[in-house]
Amino acid sequence: MMRIELIRRPNPSPLYSALSPLLALAITAALGAIMFALLGKAPSQALYSYFIEPLTETWSIHELLIKAAPLILIAVGLSVCFLSNNWNIGAEGQFIAGAVAGSILPIVFPDFRGPLVLPLMLLMGVIGGMAYAAIPAILKARFNTSEILSSLMLVYVAQLFLDWIVRGPWRNPEGFNFPESRSFHADAILPEIVSSSGRAHYGFVFALVAALVMWFILNRTLKGFEIRVLGQSPRAGRFAGFSYTGTVITTFLIAGGLAGLAGISEVSGAIGQLRPTISPGYGFTAIIVAFLGRLNPIGIVAAGLVLALSYLGGEAAQISLGVSNKVSNVFQGILLFSVLACDTLIHYRIRIAGRAGATG
Amino acid sequence: MEMTEAILLTIATAATPLLIAALGELIVERSGVLNLGVEGMMIMGAVTGFAAAQATGSPWIGLLAAIAAGGAFSLLFAFLTLTLATNQVATGLSLTILGLGLSGMIGESFVGLPGLKLQSLEIPVLSDIPLVGRLLFGQDPVFYISIALAAGTWWFIFRTRAGLTLRAVGDSHESAHALGIRVIRIRYLAVLFGGACAGLAGGHLSLVYTPQWVENMTAGRGWIALALVVFASWLPLRVVAGAYLFGAVTIAQFHAQAQGIGIPSQFLSALPYLATIIVLVLISTNRRMTMRNTPASLGKPFVPDR
Repeated sequence: MMRIELIRRPNPSPLYSALSPLLALAITAALGAIMFALLGKAPSQALYSYFIEPLTETWSIHELLIKAAPLILIAVGLSVCFLSNNWNIGAEGQFIAGAVAGSILPIVFPDFRGPLVLPLMLLMGVIGGMAYAAIPAILKARFNTSEILSSLMLVYVAQLFLDWIVRGPWRNPEGFNFPESRSFHADAILPEIVSSSGRAHYGFVFALVAALVMWFILNRTLKGFEIRVLGQSPRAGRFAGFSYTGTVITTFLIAGGLAGLAGISEVSGAIGQLRPTISPGYGFTAIIVAFLGRLNPIGIVAAGLVLALSYLGGEAAQISLGVSNKVSNVFQGILLFSVLACDTLIHYRIRIAGRAGATG
Repeated sequence: MEMTEAILLTIATAATPLLIAALGELIVERSGVLNLGVEGMMIMGAVTGFAAAQATGSPWIGLLAAIAAGGAFSLLFAFLTLTLATNQVATGLSLTILGLGLSGMIGESFVGLPGLKLQSLEIPVLSDIPLVGRLLFGQDPVFYISIALAAGTWWFIFRTRAGLTLRAVGDSHESAHALGIRVIRIRYLAVLFGGACAGLAGGHLSLVYTPQWVENMTAGRGWIALALVVFASWLPLRVVAGAYLFGAVTIAQFHAQAQGIGIPSQFLSALPYLATIIVLVLISTNRRMTMRNTPASLGKPFVPDR
């Protein structure tokens, strides 16, 4: 019987640190080809129309940036949480909270117009996301409550709240009874970057700025150092005098604020109104983006583009191949599995051993 | 009288999948492994159970297929976390993401199909006893499995040598390894058992609870099962109490909606999730209580040194 054994490397391998995301992508593509073959589609043609074709036209590159923006924004925030060993998996809820809070102005006060509207909306979106992320953070810091479960439960609560508010109090009075809010007026719309060639809005610029700022904070400031130390060894961090509860709250607020910004950017940039569903699971896909990007803000920009492509490819494949759009979610799951498996190579050498001498 | 009986019956039906999934996860966590993929394994069980029942015409075969699917899916998690020593939190999450996607893809053609229901037992005479009759002798078969599973889990953990070994592995994999216990093998078996239980819980959803296939029909029950394990501070009999408490909250919400009281339905639907958070807070406040039973190696990867 074959047996896989791990032998710890003395130091993390720099070669595999760089190689493992690429290896993971290759494995995902191979498994994807097998999946398409099982679905009765020609694998090479299916992979082409899934991953390459969306990149061949200008308008679809704009669509790619639209989908990448929330993924990058959320994942940059999540990477700060994960680095500090705080498992915020409720970004989807914080995204919704930001979208709802930021929509107060154009929906409740539609007569308030002018250049101030948009900056205020974005600010309120950030605050909304932060406030929602503060709940699991305070519960963890104060009562030691599992942030994994509390942040996730709050996702369901946020989705139900959004559903209620767009069907109830915020339903468009002139909307023929459709469950959606009134459309945002022109001053409340996040502008397009290059409006002549496509729809991509400033959300993508926010994402790039957030990634750069967070890269700087994590790598060049004391606060970033604190976050890393507390994440790797809480004991060592406490001996160094770093505040554990302070870091729990700070990292959650950063993640929630960025998720909230992503939420309000999405509704004011890409959608233009509130609906019962405003996210195809960006908050969860961003977890994959964070890991594929090696929890490094710059890597996350690249990873966000890759995962955005999986959404776009899913839509394209639905039309050109007639396969379910759920294929995207399957790809995303496989990709996360491959990333995690390949990361083992950074810390361990893998040896295939025979039965003899195996203990275990 | 009839109303009380009906309510108690529905509470038992709502509690059963939570109880089964939570008992499975309890065994997994007692072995020192944290598998956050319960929701994913459950939904795979639900879709496979539904599909197998459709294909064979037998809900019993559906139930077996659900168990097999949950178990097989859990092996994916076991291979990564136990053989490749990956981060358990992230791997469990990916199991859920993959499960939700895969089940949606497999189940797409089943949406709207009438399902097959596992028939309830009807023991003549006994099930005619007022109030307790149907409750004790007229439930669906999975209910009885869940009760037996709860008793069996308690007995296994606290009264058998294998249970002692399981706890030893969960409390200190280093010492267990030093004693010659095969840590990785025991954890594989625990994860497999947890997966089979989650699969069975999912099968209950699509073959008993609402005999049909709806995308994302687990609706967070896998996560609530995870919370129940913490709530029960890793004690099997307390999992029973917790599952029935949550069953009651779920049913109270349905009845309140049916009565048409003036609260929006979305607020009532949010109750089980809010209740989960409140219960978690109450439990974690009592730190002494939780610390005593928490498996000390929970969530830590183990790589045997050679």
